[in-house]
Order: sequence, then structure tokens, then C-alpha cells
Amino acid sequence: MEKSLNWREFVITRLIKASGYSAILFVALIFFFLVREGIPTFKEVEASSLLNIRWYPIEGHFGILPLITGSLIVTIGAGLVAVPFGIGTAVYISEIAPRWMREILKPLVELLGGLPSVVLGFLGFLVLSPFLRVFLDLPTGLTALAGSLLLGGIAVPTVVSVAEDALDAVPRAYREGAWALGATRWQTIWRVTFPAARSGVLTAVMLGVGRAIGETMTVMMVTGNAPVLAVKLGSLFSPVRTMTATIAAEMGEVANGSTHYHVLFFIGMVLFLISLGVNIAASSVVFRAKKRAERILS
Amino acid sequence: MNRFIPLAITLLVLVFTVSCGPASSSAEAASDSSAAYIENKGSDTIVNLALAWAEKYQSDHPEIRISVTGGGSGTGIASLINGTVDLANASRKIKDEEIDEAKSNGIEAVEHIIARDAIAVIVSPENPVNELTLKQISDIYSGKISNWSEVGGEDRPIVRLSRETNSGTHVYFLETVLRLGSKEDKTLFSMDTLLLPSSEGIIAEVRQNPNAIGYDGLGYVPKDLKTIAIAEEEGGAYVLPSIPTVNDKSYPIARDLYMYTDGEPTGILKEYLDWILAPEAQQIVAELGFVPALLTPSPSP
Repeated sequence: MEKSLNWREFVITRLIKASGYSAILFVALIFFFLVREGIPTFKEVEASSLLNIRWYPIEGHFGILPLITGSLIVTIGAGLVAVPFGIGTAVYISEIAPRWMREILKPLVELLGGLPSVVLGFLGFLVLSPFLRVFLDLPTGLTALAGSLLLGGIAVPTVVSVAEDALDAVPRAYREGAWALGATRWQTIWRVTFPAARSGVLTAVMLGVGRAIGETMTVMMVTGNAPVLAVKLGSLFSPVRTMTATIAAEMGEVANGSTHYHVLFFIGMVLFLISLGVNIAASSVVFRAKKRAERILS
Repeated sequence: MNRFIPLAITLLVLVFTVSCGPASSSAEAASDSSAAYIENKGSDTIVNLALAWAEKYQSDHPEIRISVTGGGSGTGIASLINGTVDLANASRKIKDEEIDEAKSNGIEAVEHIIARDAIAVIVSPENPVNELTLKQISDIYSGKISNWSEVGGEDRPIVRLSRETNSGTHVYFLETVLRLGSKEDKTLFSMDTLLLPSSEGIIAEVRQNPNAIGYDGLGYVPKDLKTIAIAEEEGGAYVLPSIPTVNDKSYPIARDLYMYTDGEPTGILKEYLDWILAPEAQQIVAELGFVPALLTPSPSP
């Protein structure tokens, strides 16, 4: 009896361990594959032409700068929409809303998170971009701004649900302590609850940004996909082409093993490194914040 | 050992009935049941036409299944090269590199002209511009002309719309219009040309945006958009695209549409291609707004 229990315990712990390690394995494998397919780029295309500003792969123009800046400007715009909006919603749901309101809002936000991005892209194409063109008097509504607004909308549910969980996890005693000291509701939220949940909120922001930078279908439909270098503020109001949309639009047609194929994988590598960078930055900030919190408590 | 024999027979019979079951209803397909399935993929320009053909052909020949998908000419040809389709649709000629690549995969691409198509240049009905020369369109798309007032329209910025680079229409437009058919010309699309992933995208944007100019296969242009009349040269006649103007070559942006097979087609694939070139199927071509491939007019009875 004892023996079989041990044996079962052994199998179960190993299985759990294996599934934990498998995440590392998969990331490593994906990266290995990207590198294997992307590295030949350096042999086939000179570094100077990769840093060119012309992306026209069918005639051998492989400048990826417009794509990188396009992705960045759309993602930053999405962040500017999703972060204040998402955190505000999370604070409202967790701290201010009455119980019945909360019961309605939470599932609604989760439902929003489940909307397929292609549906949002369709709405954006037919409703949002014509509206933006008329409202802002732009030449066309298919701009980085339209992409940012929609991606912001897509990232909001992620930000809300993670940030709300973090705020919810702050012990009730913290708030009661603040109220007992005469703090107003806003002071309690801003000075006590929010800092206590900071690492969770930061994770929420990073997950939201990660969701935005990797999103493909929506941006492909609404950003116009013109590979223009987007470095000015005005670029937000003109069409851009993102890395994800480029890979999605062009991967289907390239011949296996051609230069264009390798460059697309190289773009995938760049995308991977950017999200890795964002994640590392986030976790190092969270880690430092935790350390400091521990010092204060002790 | 003996007791296995009935089992083996049962199995054999089962396998036989399963493999021949659906096909046995039709006599001609029984010889090669796997070939009763035709995989057809490629050009988005052709996809509606290919679908209409496939539907008609399948209703006449219920034993044959034809699966039609789009994705662009490049996608179709790449699939033919990789050996995953029987018929690749393309709105451009296969490139030399693609022929070589196919050969190295043991595939010999054979070309069939199945219809002709005119590329219509479209603008919003609100746009007062009715006619342009080829040179003007080339200058618009290469970025030399950026305002409608330069070609006789209102003072509005021009928003250039194009299909993605994997589209055969894109390549054809680049070679025939932007470069005016010259091989040495290395003009490219202006960098701020919007590359939309579908024909529908271009039409939807042109419909609601009076700044926009787009191009698309004539078969795709709805009635509520304005088609531009085009002159080959300054001072020449401005011609609207239609079946007669494509056939008498007075409309300058028209091209052949192709299907590619691996080697000369045989069996049901040959029957299908023969049917496509017959008058019944070419009638569908005209109904969908394309131009029938029957270049020599059929003798009138």
C-alpha cells in the first residue's frame, strides 16, 4: 500500500515537473527554429541593406526599419490606450463598484477578451477607419492610430483582469488601516492599495503590451500596411506596416528557403527578442520592487 | 492458422467496399478513385471564377470533388511547386525562377490560358476625375503626382491603394502600368502606397474614401464605383474596360489568366480543363465580368 502510494507520488511529481520544464523547452525550441531559419539572412542580405528604409521584397529590397518602427508606434499607441483605460477599469471594479455592478462588469470584460481579433479588425475597417478619416480630416483612416485604438481595445481585457486580480489580492486590513487613519477613498487607492499591488499591475501592463505587439489580423486589416518609416509624431496619423502583418501577408507566398523566406524568419526573431526584452525588463522591475517591499516590512 | 482466413477475407472485403464504395456509383471514376479529387489553388482574381466553374462541373459530374482556395498567384504556384495542388491559378505568367524551382522538385509546370481579364482603375463616385492616361496613373502610383488637382480633380491628397506583393495583379500592374511595360524601368510603388490584403479591402476603401485610387480585376468592380477611362498616350482615345475593348486591344491594361498543371494534364484533370475552355464554361467567364479566352471568334452557324 505504502509502496504504491510512493510510486504514484513519484509519477505525479515528475509529470508536474515535466510540464513545468516543457515551457522552457518549447521556448528554446521555437527560438532555435527561428534562429536556424533566420540566420542565413546575414549571409544573403548585407546588414546595410537590412537597415534600409525600403521594404519591397519581390525586388530584393529588404529594409526592415519601416516594419520595426511601424510595430513600435502601433504598440506604443495601444499602450497609451490600454494602460490608463485598463487600470482605471480594474480600480473601479475592484475598489469602487458596488457588488452587483462588479458581477456584471467582470464577465463582460472577459467576454470582450474573447472576441476574435478578426471581428474587431472588420469593425475597424468598416466603421472606425472611415470615422477617423472624416473626424480628423485625414487622407485615409487606415492609419497607425486605427491600429492603436483597436489593439488598445484588445489589450484592455487582459490588463483589466490581471490588474483586478492583483488589486483584489491586497489584504483588506491595508485599506481598513488607511481608512482608520482618516485617508479618503482616493488616497487609500492611490497611496495604499495601488502600491501594494504594484507588481501585479505591472505584470498586467506587460501582458497587455505583449498581446498588442503580437497581434496580427487586426493590424493587417486597419493599418494600411504601407512600409513607411514611422519616426515622427505625425506617423501615428499615416499608414504603417507592422512586423506581424508583414509575416502574415507574405509567408504564404514565399518559396521555401529563398532569401525572402529567411528575412521573414529574421523578422520573427526580432519580434521574439523584442517581447523577450519587454518581459525581462518587467520582471526585473517587479523583482526590485519586491526586494524593496521586503526590506521595508522587515 | 485456418481460423484467420475468414477474418482476412472479411477484412479484405471491408477494405474493398470502403475504398470503392463511394466511387462505385460512377463507372468512369472507378479506375482511379483518388484522382476524383481536384485541388485548385491560387490567384484571388480567379478564385470566384474557379469556384463558379467547380460548382457547375461538380453538379454535372457528382463523382468529382474540386476544392478551390485563393491566396494569391504566388501562393498557388508555390503550392504547385511543393506538389500540394493539381491546378494552380495565376493571374501572371510563371517566373523563370519558379520554373527552375519546380524542375528541381521534379515538377514541370504547363501553362493553360483560361480567360482574359482587364484591370480597372477605380475611384470614388464623388471624385470628378473621369479619365487618365497610363503615364498619369504611373506617376500617381510612383509618387510623382500626389494631389488630385494635378490631374484635373479637386484639391485632395491622393491615397494609393494596391494589392499585397504576393498578388499577381500587383506584379502585373507594376510591370504594365508603373513601368509602362519597359523591362529596364526600375520604378517602384511609392512607399506610402497602402497594401491591402484583399480585393474587398480595396473596394471598401475606395467606396468610402474620395481621396483613394485603386485597381482591381474588372470582374470584381461593383457598379457603384467609378471606373476610370484610360488612354494609352496623351491625346489618344480614353477607353473604358469591357469585353469588346479588351478583345480589340484598345483597353491597355488587360492580361491573360492562367492555370498551371504538373505536366500535360491527363484523366479527369484533362477533362476538366477541356470543359473550362468549352463555350459552356466560357459563358460563366463573361457572366462574372471577365473576358472569355476564346480568342478566335467561333464560326457563326
